[in-house]
Amino acid sequence: MLPRGQMNIVVLGHVDHGKSTVIGRLLADTHSLPEGKLEQVKATCERNARPFEYAFLLDALKDEQAQGITIDTARCFFKTALRDYIIIDAPGHLEFLKNMVTGAARAEAALLVIDAQEGIAENSRRHGYLAAMLGITRIVVLINKIDLIGYDGGVFGRIKQEYAAFLNGVGIVPVGFVPVSAREGDNIATNSAHTPWYQGLTVLEHLDAFEKTAGNEHNPFRFPLQDIYKFTADNDDRRIFAGTVETGSIKTGEGIIFLPSGKKSRIKSIEGFHTSGGSVIEAGYATGFTLSEEVYVRPGEIICKGGEELPHVSSRLRVHIFWMGRSPLIKNRKYKLKLATSRSFVQLAEILNVIDASDLTRSREKQQIDRYDVAECILETTRPIAFDLVSANEATGRFVIVDHYEIAGGGIIMESIPDADSTLKDHIRRRETSWEKGDVTSSHRQSRYQHKAKFILFTGGADLKKREIARALEKSLFEENFITYYLGMENMESGLDADVTDVHEQREEHLRRLGELARILTDSGQIFITAVGDIDDYDLEILKMLNSPNEILVVNVGPDNFNNFQADLSVGEDAEVAATVNRIYDLLRRETIIPDYSI
Amino acid sequence: MDNLDKLEAKSVYILREAYREFKNLCMLWSIGKDSTVLLWLTRKAFFGHVPIPLVHIDTHYKIPAMIEYRDRLALEWRLNMIYGENAEALAAKETFPDGRVDRLTCCWNLKSEALKRTLSGEWPRYRLNLDLQRYQEDNNREPYTGVIAGVRADEEGSRSKERYFSPRDRENEWDVGDQPPELWNQFKTDFAPGTHVRIHPLLDWTELNIWEYIKREDIPVVPLYFDQGDGRRYRSLGCWPCTKPIASGARNVAEIIRELSSGQLANIAERSGREQDKEDSGGLETLRRGGYM
Repeated sequence: MLPRGQMNIVVLGHVDHGKSTVIGRLLADTHSLPEGKLEQVKATCERNARPFEYAFLLDALKDEQAQGITIDTARCFFKTALRDYIIIDAPGHLEFLKNMVTGAARAEAALLVIDAQEGIAENSRRHGYLAAMLGITRIVVLINKIDLIGYDGGVFGRIKQEYAAFLNGVGIVPVGFVPVSAREGDNIATNSAHTPWYQGLTVLEHLDAFEKTAGNEHNPFRFPLQDIYKFTADNDDRRIFAGTVETGSIKTGEGIIFLPSGKKSRIKSIEGFHTSGGSVIEAGYATGFTLSEEVYVRPGEIICKGGEELPHVSSRLRVHIFWMGRSPLIKNRKYKLKLATSRSFVQLAEILNVIDASDLTRSREKQQIDRYDVAECILETTRPIAFDLVSANEATGRFVIVDHYEIAGGGIIMESIPDADSTLKDHIRRRETSWEKGDVTSSHRQSRYQHKAKFILFTGGADLKKREIARALEKSLFEENFITYYLGMENMESGLDADVTDVHEQREEHLRRLGELARILTDSGQIFITAVGDIDDYDLEILKMLNSPNEILVVNVGPDNFNNFQADLSVGEDAEVAATVNRIYDLLRRETIIPDYSI
Repeated sequence: MDNLDKLEAKSVYILREAYREFKNLCMLWSIGKDSTVLLWLTRKAFFGHVPIPLVHIDTHYKIPAMIEYRDRLALEWRLNMIYGENAEALAAKETFPDGRVDRLTCCWNLKSEALKRTLSGEWPRYRLNLDLQRYQEDNNREPYTGVIAGVRADEEGSRSKERYFSPRDRENEWDVGDQPPELWNQFKTDFAPGTHVRIHPLLDWTELNIWEYIKREDIPVVPLYFDQGDGRRYRSLGCWPCTKPIASGARNVAEIIRELSSGQLANIAERSGREQDKEDSGGLETLRRGGYM
């Protein structure tokens, strides 16, 4: 026997338009309630002298009953002959928008309920708009309480026309409009004799007619890298790149590209537990790979397939965003951005439009994005990230923003914008213009110290070795009377960086502070030396910019993490310390940082 | 991909997300079918390994076959197995079987309170030494900040309100009315100091899905779920004084699946054999708000 199909649906609409009644009715009419539940709720109503409502069936939680409103995304299950449905209720009250959004983001299809008496209300529009943003394209509109307007087909027609026009404006063509009375059961599970003017499908028929989302296996391969596992302690030497195939498929032996780093390798094996593994894997599966050529990358990169269309890599994105945070989204503040498995830091660079989702009017005046606003804006990440436009690939084209430990906003990417003028460049321009110079100039310092300033950065996989060389270099330079200083990274972490506690934020902020510090120390005329692990092309670009107008010399020890960048000097893990120090001296002489007495 | 493949993929994704984001992570293992499926999914997620400690709250009233099965699997799969208990309440006989308190208070003492204090590290944790094959007091008393539990949305009303990643405050309390949003595959993985997050990879699974998966993957479960010849089996497992078997002749997994899909049990709540749920009109919800899983 094959397991039955499942579909998640959400019920949306303005408060009091009858969402819970629709759900209660669906449960009752498909005989999906536990035995005695209906009778039990009816008995409770009788005891409390309240008329029975189908909505009470959902109010499993006490304080909901007390308040008389649905406060969260309840889930219930019902089944038709065709498949099982998970029905997600979504509250209509504006203050519970985050619950509505949570419910709708899980849904494959939506029932949007509009009160025939009241007509289209603010949240009828807002929910329709958000459903479009969340990627739900299959929407059936239920014009409810049709009994209360005497089953008037004319009213139904007017609401249908007006709301269809609205939905078309946000890019949705509704699957259908159904006149219903959830209370009386008209056109929910069976065709109603009260609406002879309506020849269309019942709500249940509409649901069963939805095709499941077409498979994503034909789109370009996208595998957001979730983690890299090595369980060496358990006698397992595999280095496994784990994640979920969002779209496309891949075979063993095929070439892959990691973005944004640009590193390349090849699939050696597809790994699994209690499964044959096989030689091909497609969209939807959570899996893992071993690679033919080892690469060093961090989780969050997107693995793509050579020869296919690749994602964009940029740090500026034009997006549509909706904001649920208690504090507004403002400029000049860093937020955490989560896109697929990547985490990066992002700032609001520009607000293009703030859209009132309840009537789609636009405002260009706003300087911040407030709670429940929907806006079109430009975001800028601190380093380039890989993504798709939402029109090309949903899974890698949408993101959330975290503020105060919570998901405060969600959005979709409309356009990749070339990195013309980043906020980092702006910052450096401002910093340099306002830099207060003392009366001692750098040429004064040079002639006193008998050398130029330089930032020497050691990086690479051989951690102990690079620090050993860095310290040896400091000592040697010092003994030759050069002004130099070696900074151990632990000293940064336990001192200047002690306030940076967030694991993801740590590295970005750490680099920023190091870059600013290097700018100051090189300004003082010193040869500033430090050693940082895992520096990649982007990290280095940031350090170079922050240290400018002064320059960096990069020495790589052991396996390097660069993609395109060539270190000024690269040595192996087994390099001899004194010899390496001599080679660095050669470089410093060639660049006339220190005098070359041999000339 | 069939429905079980999809459920599996989503649960694996959630488990890996939890493992990536939480430094002090543990998984609650009640020995029941759901958390055992969760344990199996963990082996799927980590390619045969279980890199997360398993925490069991031992009320000392569990059906003995459950403890036996727990330790057998722990040794066989080389699990990092930990148990905690409310030694004070047990010593003072503040339990329902001892007649001093009602069922709900007993649950509160032996489960909620024991769980809370074990997770926070205030009370001792006992770890199974795989070489000596016995439990020893664990040196690690760090609070767990991520707690994975095998809760399913279809079990009971209050569980249908859960998030995949659900925050709990310092007192383990669950604010049902003010839960964080979850969008697509993005969950709450950031949390303020002193709080912790409950993680629910099985939220979308139904009772039938669980048994279908047990069959497909051939996962070992406690024999108490099967009719041993007296026409009764346990549908939900707990402490013996408060858990009753249901009338059923299902002797193996295939027969349970047949029984569930026939609709025979459709009108009987899964936890109907669990007496504490019936204490007032919302026993389980009251317990859950206080930290019960």
